[in-house]
Amino acid sequence: MKKTMIAAAVALGVASLSTQAMARDSIYIVGSSTVFPFSTAVAETFGRTTSFATPKVESTGSGGGLKLFCAGVGVDHPDITNASRRMKGSEFDTCQENGVKDITEVKIGFDGISIANSKAAGRYNLTLREIFLALAKDIPDGKGGFMANPNQTWHDVNPDFPSNKIEVLGPPPTSGTRDAFAELAMEGGCKTFPEIKALKKTDKSKYKAVCHGLREDGAYIEAGENDNLIVQKLIANHSALGIFGFSFLDQNGDKVQGSKIEGVEPTYDSISDGSYPISRSLYFYVKDAHVGTIPGIEEYIAEFTSEKAWGPEGYLADKGLIALPDAERASVAKSAKALTPMSKPE
Amino acid sequence: MTNPSTPSDSVTPRRAADIVNASLKRRYAKERRFRLIGAAAVGLGLTFVLLLFGDIISKGYTAFQQTYIQLPVTLSEDLIDPEGTRDPMTLARADYMTPIRQSLRQFFPEVKDRRTRRQLNSIISVGAPQLLGEEVVADPALVGTTHEYWILVDDDIDMLVKGYIDRNAPESDRRVNDQVIGWIDRLEQEGRVAKRFNTIFFTHGTSREPELAGIAGALMGSFYTLILALTLSFPIGVGAALYLEEFAPKNRWTDLIEVNINNLAAVPSIVFGLLGLAVFIGFFGVPRSTPLVAALVLTLMTLPIIIISSRAALKSVPPSIREAALGVGASPLQTQFHHVLPLAMPGMLTGTILGMAHALGETAPLLMIGMIAFIVDVPGGFTDPATVLPVQIFLWADSPERGFVERTSAAIMVLLAFLFLMNLAAVLLRRRFERRW
Repeated sequence: MKKTMIAAAVALGVASLSTQAMARDSIYIVGSSTVFPFSTAVAETFGRTTSFATPKVESTGSGGGLKLFCAGVGVDHPDITNASRRMKGSEFDTCQENGVKDITEVKIGFDGISIANSKAAGRYNLTLREIFLALAKDIPDGKGGFMANPNQTWHDVNPDFPSNKIEVLGPPPTSGTRDAFAELAMEGGCKTFPEIKALKKTDKSKYKAVCHGLREDGAYIEAGENDNLIVQKLIANHSALGIFGFSFLDQNGDKVQGSKIEGVEPTYDSISDGSYPISRSLYFYVKDAHVGTIPGIEEYIAEFTSEKAWGPEGYLADKGLIALPDAERASVAKSAKALTPMSKPE
Repeated sequence: MTNPSTPSDSVTPRRAADIVNASLKRRYAKERRFRLIGAAAVGLGLTFVLLLFGDIISKGYTAFQQTYIQLPVTLSEDLIDPEGTRDPMTLARADYMTPIRQSLRQFFPEVKDRRTRRQLNSIISVGAPQLLGEEVVADPALVGTTHEYWILVDDDIDMLVKGYIDRNAPESDRRVNDQVIGWIDRLEQEGRVAKRFNTIFFTHGTSREPELAGIAGALMGSFYTLILALTLSFPIGVGAALYLEEFAPKNRWTDLIEVNINNLAAVPSIVFGLLGLAVFIGFFGVPRSTPLVAALVLTLMTLPIIIISSRAALKSVPPSIREAALGVGASPLQTQFHHVLPLAMPGMLTGTILGMAHALGETAPLLMIGMIAFIVDVPGGFTDPATVLPVQIFLWADSPERGFVERTSAAIMVLLAFLFLMNLAAVLLRRRFERRW
């Protein structure tokens, strides 16, 4: 009996290996976990409203997605990859080397990063410089050197603030949100110090270490990738602040409030027009060689770039995506439809 | 107790008893204290388990109910099946949203302008037409009639009815505005809003809409993965244990193998995921995100556990059984298969079930091999893209929609129920078949 079981297992393994060579009839999408909620919403609607199979969407992170995407052409490789940043020049080169020649870039909208606290407490009005002073590991000591961040309360950062302990819950280093926060908020605040700005030209790695380094003495608390958990902790702890994507703020607006950054509140409109400083663009990339081979790719792009999906009133806005301005949306949709290949990014 | 060879004892027998008597109280107190500490440790553990279960159940039990509104929907023949063929394809593809919206609008004749209408329409879930379509396909006689149907509502409305949305918060900060709350309250007064058992949760695959999301896809993915992992790991594990324990010569090589098996049992599971990515996907080209590759990785992970427990089970079979069998003329192979293996089987099965329960709850290695994916269709085989229960929980826990909070907890409850059943099976097997010598 055991013999037959082993034989069956082996046969099964061989059989499934051979099915691998078969063509794929559903779109295969990989990439950023930030774009994942939007991509899956489109995939589901696409599967429901057309005769094509529902695409498979894998959450691999932007970098991991581009690596898989650029690995080659063929049914084993993904057709589309989502990214919460632009493709890098080095990634584009890898794509070219592996035969992935024509790539269509589609910019889909913006994502804002909010710094929020409980509604039971007052709303903060922070500048990027204050965020840097509160959260950086090392700050300038005023004598040309650096010292370990001595600020313990918000009052130390700005005398106008209450003397609450600095307690900020945020994502761990593996998260794309953390990267974007470091790049947009921390570096933005860091650049306001002329001595650090000068450092960028002389010692780039030191500059990056100073600007992107977050405190490790307990003021910045890594709360895991789960943004829902951060929201719950903010509701319980009124003096803490939390860092998460705008969609979570949007869903929990009755419990938490987003701090003003440089005087601008994180709202749909302020992120859309670019006045809210901590926001980034989201993209997806299409492998042109797969269009026509894998059924439905053009229709998927059409669904994603339709007004009912990515428009300001569309269902992706309901999921927290901030739409592109009208004119840009129209031009991106046009070039996406024509599958215009991108040139090498910087 | 007395020891005549020790002189002190024989000289002062009474003093020894005094010493014992004097220390007796202290020794009893010591024992009482130890028992108390032990009981406190168990109590503390139980409290944490109860807290965990209490938290999960209190958050998740509402997910087993789903809000519906009852509407009289007229399925006019012109709209659903204009040619009158009753072809299942036509019936499935027909537009059911329009009749549902028309029916809802009858209750609120004051709603005229386009914006307010859109808001009224948003009460209905985007999945409602599909569900109505399935009913019509099952019973084509419904076309051309008016019936009261229970229509699925949007997740925001579901959260409102379940009391998860703070009605006192300022209107701009709520997902549901005052107008919609007014409409729902009116429907509720007419007895048209009800929470019914959430069958969708058990019959559908995942979805981006909480009200349409189910665990059937993840459950089937877990089922295929475990079945395959079991058929691969059990024969290999038992075979390896039998050979190592009963047939292999004891030398440096088998010692090395034994040490390595014990080491493998303690290797972090993510390492098996990396191995699976490099070897199965990278080298052998097994398709990503399928139960097949998941089963291969989990087989590698559970093999050491099964081998170790199987060897322990073989060791517990007394040598007299083997000697008796050999004594009456059985060959070594017959001895093992006819006598030793059946006696060791309950222990082996217990170890295997515990290994499988471990595999059922495993997430980390599966993240590396593409199981963390959005797959709507319920998998129908070993090579269909699939996800598994713990990964589904991970994905839902990370979704911003508030409806997923309760569904995450509900999925955890389902996973715990299966783990409980598997562990119960292990205990029962042991009780039923265990022999004591």
